[in-house]
Amino acid sequence: MEHHGGVNKTPIISLDHVSKTYLSVHKTNEVVRDVSLDVQENEFVVLFGPGQCGKTTLINLIAGLQLPTSGEVKVDGKTVTAPGPDRGVVYQTTALFPFCTVMGNVEFGPKSRGVPKKQRRERAQYFIDLVGLQGFEKSFPNRLSGGMRQRVGIARAYANDPKVMLMDEPFGHLDAQTRYMMEEELEKIWQKEKRTVVFVTNNSEEAVYLADRIIILTNTPTRIKHEIKVDLPRPRVYSDPAFLEIRRQIEEICDDTL
Amino acid sequence: MNEYAIQKRKERIKFTIVSVISLCVFFGVWYVCTAVLHLKPDYVLPSPVQVVEAFIQKLTQTNPDGATLFGHIAASLQVALTGYLLGAIVGVPLGIAMAWFRRIDLFVTPLFDLIRPVPTIAWIPLMILWFGIGLGAKAAIIFVSAFVPCVINAYAGIKQTKPVHLWVAQTFGASRREMLFTVAIPTALPLIFTGLRISLGTAWMTLCAAEMLASNKGLGYMIQLNRSLARADLIVVAMLTIGLIGTIFTVGLNALEKKFVKGGRRG
Repeated sequence: MEHHGGVNKTPIISLDHVSKTYLSVHKTNEVVRDVSLDVQENEFVVLFGPGQCGKTTLINLIAGLQLPTSGEVKVDGKTVTAPGPDRGVVYQTTALFPFCTVMGNVEFGPKSRGVPKKQRRERAQYFIDLVGLQGFEKSFPNRLSGGMRQRVGIARAYANDPKVMLMDEPFGHLDAQTRYMMEEELEKIWQKEKRTVVFVTNNSEEAVYLADRIIILTNTPTRIKHEIKVDLPRPRVYSDPAFLEIRRQIEEICDDTL
Repeated sequence: MNEYAIQKRKERIKFTIVSVISLCVFFGVWYVCTAVLHLKPDYVLPSPVQVVEAFIQKLTQTNPDGATLFGHIAASLQVALTGYLLGAIVGVPLGIAMAWFRRIDLFVTPLFDLIRPVPTIAWIPLMILWFGIGLGAKAAIIFVSAFVPCVINAYAGIKQTKPVHLWVAQTFGASRREMLFTVAIPTALPLIFTGLRISLGTAWMTLCAAEMLASNKGLGYMIQLNRSLARADLIVVAMLTIGLIGTIFTVGLNALEKKFVKGGRRG
């Protein structure tokens, strides 16, 4: 089936009135309140919100690492009850296995699923090349820069061939220059290997650069505050007036919260 | 790259020289105090020359303590390695199991915490009562001393596993068993090796204590017997042998660790 981006198509990710409350001995902590969201196939959705809001919780709910207190999360029509290989997650830099080489990290997923060695090597190599790390296959993460580590993280998620890529502030720890570079790189990779992406950030520039659609979240308990479609042609230019205008809109919407 | 290599090499030579000087100073001071100044009688503090002579004699002679140096070394190694290997084989998996399975943790930890503070030497009398003064008692004592650090470090190592790493493995479809073997144990490996190194050290040290109390062969026995014969030269020979073998163990384990622990001690 070809992708049309049509309105009536079944969404690949669907959050239906999802809430998440943590219980502890002394208090209940409501992190996510009644979030409903549909993401279409191969759409790049950015969840944008202030530092302490429940963005990571939302990612974990979609990944199946946590279950909603109420509501339902569906991926590809099936209710999410546990993590699965159809949803790849890219975390911040420290999530690489320090005891595995770059190759070991990238082929970890296929290996867990029992893909034969030759096949998974080829596949891993393809994505290592795609993120521009050829020649570093045998390096360990502690020899790589922050940007390179994150490339490995992206290749690792891709190599498992997930339907959905969940990215939790993957560039949050990088310096500004590396961050720009990685944003461009991710855009290129995504253009070449389209996947449905849910990307979390608190950087409006990053959001506008990457997103088809930006979901602006409130402080905890997190609700959806606003939604902005970004129709600018890719690759986008940070200094383009239209680009800046969208950033201004985002900031305006966020200021309202205060 | 080349210049860097040369610089590194120069540095290494410099460090080696410093280390050699340290040993030279030690033996020099010792020599001056004994052979030149005769600060103490020979049977209390022998000179290095006398020690070397005693060492050479001891390679072939069984007098006065009933075995050649190699005889004593073999006896000690047999005891130490038996106890140590048993301690490692039982201790490391137990530490891993305690850290990974909550029920085992809850079941074993109270007992372990009770036993842990008991000094190894306190086990000696009981072990002698149980096993006599042969290989069994000493190996059992070494076992206790080696076992404890192995458990503690393997436990701590597994507990170091970052939740995010387990999440990643989970999203890749790894089962809990696979997560133990592909994520938790590799994470724990550096600390497991630390445990193996520490316990080798304590095992080797405990051995001498055990042999001094109950034995008829071995380096600890050699020390004890030669004290009663006022043969300080042979005591020093035995002590230096113990030190040397301990060093060889450490170097060997370090090499092994380098081979097995990849990607540095920290991620």
